[in-house]
Order: sequence, then C-alpha cells, then structure tokens
Amino acid sequence: MQDLVVPMLRTIAVIAVLMTLMPYMTWFERRVLAAMQVRHGPNRVGWQGLLQPLADGLKLLFKEDLTPSNSDRWLYRLAPAIALFAALASFAVIPFGPTVEIQGTMVPMCIADLDIGVLYLLGVSSLGVYALVLGGWASGSKYSLMGALRAAAQVVSYELILGLALIAVVLTVGDTKLSTIVQQQHDGVWLVFLQPVAFVLYLIAACAETNRAPFDLPEAETELVAGYHTEYSGMRFAMYFIAEYINMLVVSSLAATLFLGGFSGPFWPGPWWLILKLMVFMFLFVWLRATLPRLRYDQLMRLSWNKLLPIGLLNLAVTAVIVVYRSGK
Amino acid sequence: MSRQVSSSLPAANSTKAPLISNTLHINMGPQHPSTHGVLRLELELDGEVVVSCKPVIGYLHTGIEKTMEARNWMHAVPCTDRIDYLNPLGNNLAFALSVEALFACQIPERAQVGRVLLAELTRINSHLVWVGTGAMDLGALTIFFYCMREREGILDLFEELTGQRMMTSFIRPGGLADDMSPEWLTRCKLFVDSMPGYIDEYEALLSKNPIFLERMSGIGILRAGDAIALGVSGPLLRAAGIAHDVRKVHPYCGYENYTFDVPTSQTADCLGRYHVRIAEMRESVKICQQALRIMPSGPVRTSNRKVMPPPRSEFQHSMEALIHHFKLYTEGQRPPIGEAYVAVESPRGELGFYVVSDGSSKPVRIHERGPSFANLQAIELMCKGGLLADLVAVIASIDPIMGEVDR
Repeated sequence: MQDLVVPMLRTIAVIAVLMTLMPYMTWFERRVLAAMQVRHGPNRVGWQGLLQPLADGLKLLFKEDLTPSNSDRWLYRLAPAIALFAALASFAVIPFGPTVEIQGTMVPMCIADLDIGVLYLLGVSSLGVYALVLGGWASGSKYSLMGALRAAAQVVSYELILGLALIAVVLTVGDTKLSTIVQQQHDGVWLVFLQPVAFVLYLIAACAETNRAPFDLPEAETELVAGYHTEYSGMRFAMYFIAEYINMLVVSSLAATLFLGGFSGPFWPGPWWLILKLMVFMFLFVWLRATLPRLRYDQLMRLSWNKLLPIGLLNLAVTAVIVVYRSGK
Repeated sequence: MSRQVSSSLPAANSTKAPLISNTLHINMGPQHPSTHGVLRLELELDGEVVVSCKPVIGYLHTGIEKTMEARNWMHAVPCTDRIDYLNPLGNNLAFALSVEALFACQIPERAQVGRVLLAELTRINSHLVWVGTGAMDLGALTIFFYCMREREGILDLFEELTGQRMMTSFIRPGGLADDMSPEWLTRCKLFVDSMPGYIDEYEALLSKNPIFLERMSGIGILRAGDAIALGVSGPLLRAAGIAHDVRKVHPYCGYENYTFDVPTSQTADCLGRYHVRIAEMRESVKICQQALRIMPSGPVRTSNRKVMPPPRSEFQHSMEALIHHFKLYTEGQRPPIGEAYVAVESPRGELGFYVVSDGSSKPVRIHERGPSFANLQAIELMCKGGLLADLVAVIASIDPIMGEVDR
C-alpha cells in the first residue's frame, strides 16, 4: 500500500507545483517581454497583475470548444491530450532535491529516479511531436497542416542535436541516471565547464524543441496564422499552451540538471536552487524572443544538418576519445 | 483511382483544375495577420514554395474619389487623408499642389518650408511603421514597439499643430490651415534632432542581425527593367538601383533648395529596400533640420482671395474681404476651367492627383495615382518561386496601404 501511496502523492505534488508554476511562467514572460518592449504588461488583475494568469485560465475554460466540421474528431480531441501528457511525463525523472528521510523511509525528491533517465526523456519528448502532427492534420485546415509539417521536420531534426548533446554528457558522467549526474556535479565541477559545446547545442536544440523564438516556425503567426493550433479554441487550445510552457520548464530544468548542477547549491534546500536555475533559462527564452527574428524553414534545416550536426558529432568524438584515454590510465 | 475520378468527370468540369493536384491552394487574407490590411492573396503552394500568387483587391474600396467629386474643393481635403492613412500630410500636399496648379496661385515662403517639414515628418512616420511591422512579420517583435514609441512623438507633434493625430487635413489648397507656433517649432527641432539616435537603435537590432540579413537578402527580387515596366516607384524602384525621386526630378515646394541624397541600392531585394528606407529616414531628418533652420517668417496662406479666405483683421475695414469670405464659405473655391496633375514623392513612391475643373465649385474628376496600387502589381513577380515565409517579407517590403490600393 505504502509503495503505491507515496509515489502517487509525489506525482500529485509535482503536477500541482507544475500547474501552479506554469501560469506564472506566462506572467513572468509577459512582464519581462513588456519591460524589454517599453510596455507595462499585465498589471491590473491583482497585485502587479499576479492574478492575470488565473483570469486567462478561467476565460479559456469558459470559451466555446469548437470542432471544425471537416476535422477528424477523435484525433482532434486526442492531440492536445498527447501534448499535455508528453510534457508532464517528461518531468517524472527530473530530480528536484536530494533524498530526504521522512518517518524512517528514504523518499527521493523525484517521481521516478530511473536508471535510464536520459533515454526516457528523449523518448517521451519525441512523443510530443505526435500532438503537433496529429493536431495539425486532424484540424482539416491548410494552415494547420503546414504548421504540423513544419513541426514534424523541425522536431525530428533538432531531436538529433538534442540527443548528441545529451550523449556527450552521458559519456562524460558515465551514467544515464539523472540523480547520479547531479551528484557528480555536486562533488566535482558543473558540466557546463566540461561540456561547453554540448551546453550550447542543447540550448539551441531546446529552443527548437519547444517551438520558441527564433524557432517558432510551426506557429509563426505572420505566415501560418497560428500554425498547428489555428483551429483550436477554449480548453483544448489551453492544453497546447500549457504543454508548451511545461515543455519549457522541462527543458530548462533538464538544462539546469545536466549542466548547472541541478538542485545542488549552498544555503537553501534543493528545489529552490532548481527553480532559480530554471528561471535563468526562462529569462533566456524570453530574451531571445524579444531580440531575434524567426528563421526561415530552409535556414532552420540547414542550421541543424549542416552546422549543428557536424559540431555535435565532433564534440562527441572528442569526448569519447578523452573518456577512453582517461579510463585507460 | 485518380484516373477513374478524372475520367468520370462531366465534360463541363474539364476546364476546372483537376481534383487531385500536387499543389496546395491556399487563401491568404483578407483576414490574415501579415497582409497589411485587407489584401487577399490566392496562393498555390508546392510544399512551402510559392508556385503562383494572385492578389485580389477591393476589400477596402470606399469610392473615395467619387466622394471627393460630390463635395467642393476644400471639402475634398479630408478625404485625401483617408486614402493613405500613413501619409496624410503627403496626400494633402499632392492634392493642394494640384488645385493650386489650376489656380496658378503663389504660396508664401513660410508655407512652402512648413509643407516640406510636415511632408518629411510624415515620411519618417510612415517609414517607422514600415520598419516596425516589417520586422514584426519576420518575428522580431520588439523593434515594432520601439518604432511606435518614436511615431508617438511625431503624432504628438501633429496633434499639437493640427488638432488631429492622423487625419490632419493641415496642408490645404492655398497654404497651411494655420501658422506654426515658435514653441511647436522648438519641440519639433528637439524631436528631429533626437531621431538619428533612435534610427541607430533600430539598426543595432536589425542591420547586423545574421538571421535578419539571411531572411531579407536575395528574396523578392525586382530588377530595374521589370520595375519600370510595371510602373513601380518609390523605395522599390530605388532599391533596384534607379535614383528616381520626384523631389529631385520634378521639385515642388522648393525641394531644389535643400541638400539631400537619394539613397539607392543595387541588390533589388528586400534587404536593399530596408536599407533604402532606413537611409531615407536619415535624409528626411536632414531635410527637416534644414527646413527648421531656414524657416522664414510671414504668412502661411496665399494672398489670392479666391483660394484662401482673408484674415479676420481685414474684415473691419475691407468690404472685399467680407465678400471673399462670404463667397468662399457659401460656394467654395471655383478654380478656372482646366485640368492639372501634380505628383509628389510619397513614402511609397510617386503620388499624384489628377484634377479636372469645369469652373464650378465641385470637381468634375479627381483621380489619384496611388503608388501602392502600382507597386502591388509586382508581387507575383517578386514572390514566385520563393518560400511562403519570404512572401510575408515581400508583402512587407512593398509596403502597400490598402486604402490607397482600393481607394
């Protein structure tokens, strides 16, 4: 019984935290973006606009849920659920604190500290692309279809770069378990110093994976209206939206875990450090969005296959040689 | 399967497009975020590549030229603001110059310099909107807000001078509606002098941004020969390497007395148009500074009482002044029989009004030569074979104002 209850409680707690954090990410993004764009941003609902995300969520909840008549109804309804599922499931392996002892039992601050943590993340995050492709296809709209096609091509290309960056990290650490990776950085040096190339590759791929500027082609509103989610409204639209932000949280916390020592840090408990490091990446996302124009489809592909892929492979080869050389000593 | 479908089609349908094709037909606009108003494009796409692009216009048709013909000459002025809502004072100017050509009246020096100042401020205003929205179409959001911030400064100046932010109707046949106060001129100078710094700021965000350069260069090519054949004018023509500027070739309002360059580019692509427009803003700033420096004193309305009413101070001692005032406000102006066409350089190209008078107080015919209309014709040539994402940049680089296209 206890084996079941504790993980369930942990899962509920994590989802609750994520679902609270996510709306405030939108608030954070809007306020930071506004500050960069000589505007004020939401500052009317609640103190400093802090209730704005709640108001937006309620509004979306009460909106009519439209289904286009020539859509594939079943897939149309399934797609946003896949998006949200994939985003939430990715978070299962992120450790957000050291193992603590509660009433004699050791409770890891993680939903599931899998031995194959990194592989699991790669697998689950690939599922997310189904949501975009199916949603775009099932909408029965040409703009959505084009957004879906772009999404598929982009995510497949950048998944590769993401993989190369992660493999370099795994090679350096020698384990795919995320808590081990954090522990090693806690004992030694942050991986961002050991794997700077992989870190940059990861950041670029993370932007592309989450469809953030300058890689926001699948939902480029100036070309494709809203891309794959053009036809979605109300709560289904909100699910895509939530998924996108949770994906941002996932890639940010993964970046913090893999390269910046995860939850480790002095004075404060682990989760606070993770959130702080995560905010750094969130700020970076917003900053990029405020500064850069969008890449074009062919330029995006060229960047991935002609530039990032060779760099990633080279980095991997160099890492492998160093690892073999050092283990041979 | 596909063969069966096509063979079972009735003969009457054979002229239509086949049911199964490899291209995607997509309707972009009239409600679309980046068609700059109500432009509708019938696109044929092969993947992301534009196979054909047919602009469909008329969604903003207001019959505004006909509306102007139903009013008297002075009442037509507010309609000109509304044709190209980003260039209200330039439109006022073109119309005023045409009507003045009918009257052959002299405009005082202060009004001439004031007109140049206002026209150049409007050009900066229009180009600011262009830089902002053009960059936003490429996904660079922030620059739009920076441009709107400076545009706000120009609109505040307009509001202070004319009482209106956009639909100014300030340049009228016979001069200016009112005098420019010394305080306004001081504020204007402050703004104009601060403008180059702001332009540097936009250039810092865009001109060296590798993504922006890659997105803009080599797309939407319009060579000089094609541009001339299509009647394209303005920055599009100058980006193709032809230094044609109405202010230089047919100077009006004393433009020949100002020193300024006509920026050109040899690249004939969207990036060239961006550089031309940015350089034009800098040239406009120079012209404004010169105008403010040489601003003479004196009246701002013509002394021809058939065109502009006399000042109120004359009413006390001049019977003729009262009669002129009465005639102008009951009947309106009565230009001599004839026709005139005067063109000015609007931010988008050659903007001219063709006006015909039969000697009555109502125009017989008013036709505007809108640069947006002519420039928009080049769109298919510019975007064919390009990508969908390029099309957005190409539309932006044409800078069409649908009010002027449809009229």
